[in-house]
Amino acid sequence: MTLMQIAFLIVSAVTILAAWGVVVGRNILRNALALIVAFLGVAALYVLLEATFLAAVQVLIYVGAIAVLIIFAIMLTERFMKQERATNEQWWVVLVASALLAAILIFLVGAVEWQVTSAEIGGQPIADLGRALLTTYVLPFEVASLLLLMALVGAIIIAREQEEA
Amino acid sequence: MIPLSWYLAVAAVLFSLGLYGALARRNAIAILMGIELMLNAVNINLVAFWRYITPQQFIGQVFAIFVITVAAAEAAIGLALIIAIYRHRQTIDIEEIDLMKW
Repeated sequence: MTLMQIAFLIVSAVTILAAWGVVVGRNILRNALALIVAFLGVAALYVLLEATFLAAVQVLIYVGAIAVLIIFAIMLTERFMKQERATNEQWWVVLVASALLAAILIFLVGAVEWQVTSAEIGGQPIADLGRALLTTYVLPFEVASLLLLMALVGAIIIAREQEEA
Repeated sequence: MIPLSWYLAVAAVLFSLGLYGALARRNAIAILMGIELMLNAVNINLVAFWRYITPQQFIGQVFAIFVITVAAAEAAIGLALIIAIYRHRQTIDIEEIDLMKW
């Protein structure tokens, strides 16, 4: 077992434990803090995959923006930080179904013969990624910016205080 | 080198945990957190396939960036909806938000 594999095992164990902490437990604020650890673990997985730009984006957007947004929402609805029952009545059906899904997926992943290439990443990865985004994928890039603009306007309109008509 | 299947297995476990969180929790914010976990699991898959199968082309990373964009939009709209519902009904418990249920 190489050093990389040991690092991978540690990182994925931390990530999965943090993800477990996100979905289990009644204190929603603790769930949100565990979510930050899970996001950081995914960023570490990106580093292991040599996707350095995505690792930085993961930390900036997920840890820096989405996690903070979620904690803001928790603070604004603070009566629900602790509930007597955190799950609905069919939680055990969902538990069985998701455990089954995980088992099937892991079995399939192990059963398939993946056509892995041993090629290295060539050239300058970040510069090439930027060039690909602005040439080959420029249309989805523009659609994504439009989507973000609409989400921005929509979030403001939905969340603002309604004036009495 | 780390085998590709290890990454896919971790992503599968993360996805299933997110699915459980999204379907079993009563707090609407917890449901959103479960969805974020699922999107992250999909992103791990995309980046792992990019690294192990097409490392010369950047399709996988580009897709992951678009998934992150959509996830950010989804989080903003979802949390805005939760705040609006909380303001109207003083609850974010999805078992009490049943206005559209017959």
